[in-house]
Amino acid sequence: MSAELDVERVRKDFPILTTKVHGHPLVFLDSAASAQKPRQVIDAIAHHYETSYANIHRGVYQLSQASTDLFEHTREKVARFLGASDAREIVFTRNATEGINLVAQSWGRNRLGVGDQVLITEMEHHANIVPWQLLCEQTGASLRVAPIDDSGAIRHDEFEKLLSARTKIVAFTHVSNALGTINPVKELTALAHEHGAIVLVDGAQSAPHLAIDLRELDCDFFVFTGHKLFGPSGIGVLYGKLAHLESMPPYQGGGDMIETVTFEKTTYAPVPHKFEAGTPDISGVVGLGAAIDYVQRLGLDAIAAHEHRLLEYATERLTAIPGLRLIGTAPTKAAVASFVLDFAHPHDIGTVLDREGIAVRTGHHCAQPVMDRYGLAATARASFSIYNSETDVDALVAAIETVRELFG
Amino acid sequence: MEDLRDLYQTVILDHNKAPRNFGSIEGASREADGHNPICGDKLTVYVSIDSDDRIDDVRFQGSGCAISTASASLMTEFVKGKTLDDVADAFGQFHLLVTGPATEPADTDGLGKLAVFAGVREYPMRVKCATLSWHTLRAALEQSPQTAKTE
Repeated sequence: MSAELDVERVRKDFPILTTKVHGHPLVFLDSAASAQKPRQVIDAIAHHYETSYANIHRGVYQLSQASTDLFEHTREKVARFLGASDAREIVFTRNATEGINLVAQSWGRNRLGVGDQVLITEMEHHANIVPWQLLCEQTGASLRVAPIDDSGAIRHDEFEKLLSARTKIVAFTHVSNALGTINPVKELTALAHEHGAIVLVDGAQSAPHLAIDLRELDCDFFVFTGHKLFGPSGIGVLYGKLAHLESMPPYQGGGDMIETVTFEKTTYAPVPHKFEAGTPDISGVVGLGAAIDYVQRLGLDAIAAHEHRLLEYATERLTAIPGLRLIGTAPTKAAVASFVLDFAHPHDIGTVLDREGIAVRTGHHCAQPVMDRYGLAATARASFSIYNSETDVDALVAAIETVRELFG
Repeated sequence: MEDLRDLYQTVILDHNKAPRNFGSIEGASREADGHNPICGDKLTVYVSIDSDDRIDDVRFQGSGCAISTASASLMTEFVKGKTLDDVADAFGQFHLLVTGPATEPADTDGLGKLAVFAGVREYPMRVKCATLSWHTLRAALEQSPQTAKTE
């Protein structure tokens, strides 16, 4: 598990990495938006469709049982992956966004009222802002925002000052998608709990890069998405402490979430099925399971160490470029390098890099308040993953010199 | 690099670095804000129209990428002195210029320097950058109270 990551071997698992873009080998530096898929995940989904696919929780026939087993075993696998103590605490969703909306509506809608507060941070993705805004509009509660410092780290003193008996929900990201900041989840959660608030952590960016132990972090809810974890898109996970989930009304109604239905009254299935109305993304769950197997085989600690080395190398190379400014320089950071150039707009950077075969994200990264905080409309963002190496960083640095030739 | 020069023509790079008609018009008869929500580009177009329905003066302010800044700059040069009908026709032709099939030659007749944007049709993701200023100008001319959007 603690063996060093063998990038060349990892790269062979990802068929897409042999693709050429505008005649250049693909340099994929946008895994924070969505990660590429290893052969193991692609094959697992195909294998499921070819050998054991049927709807789950329905039939008494063998195939349906096989599909159901695969589905439920994956739930247990996710629980172990997160360090959750009970598989009933794992709800399958479409993505991280749906998990946040589910908690906002199902936990928050009946509990919050005028005078109550929801506390988020300045570095949140829109997915961890808008669901709370909607909740506040519906309930009369108000949204408070904990500020970040110039490096992109949360300001602990301000965060603490904003907590009070009126704070009902605290929601923050584990890792900022736009800045790379890693938040001290355990400490922030403990502070929020002291004031009686429940805590939701957005793990969309952390699950693929850091070992998660929810027993240690102690947050009440945690969400992540499959597609950033080398799994398929359309499948996500909501973890919720059992007592919370059991106290919450269903989010959507439909098949599979009921116990008995009459026109007079419906009783609901126990958790987590209460929150899984309708036929879920069965093959998505299978693919997610294969993705978890994949990263666990590599070892989350080895992944984190590899990405940290890459981040250090990228930071050193990028900061040596005259006219380049890194946005997001927090002391604890994931392998994300958001930057602006004083001689070219991020959009133009993106186009030039693309012609060199390099895929980066340009824009506001669904975090417009972060851009406003730095007085920017957009940044270019390179994010590094298990299949990236120093060579990719070198290609990025060389392409930035091409940008300079054109615009400098 | 060579195919990048098809998009980033010298004229475009020049207008990006030194945009013409940059600024506001005090007491402009029309103005509108434009916003491209995808990339965050924002600009304001100011127009003065004379009694013959001709564009007497036009200026713009804002920040954006090279394509959007150069497009706004070249647009202001092009439409100055033209009638509102001529401007509407030119927008139609410009739109075709940047959105037409990359395999077919563009009709640049009468577009003058705007023809340098023909390279944009090879970059569908950049069409909105090239047309933001035009959408905004049209919003100003129609005095649409809403912010013009490329979406």
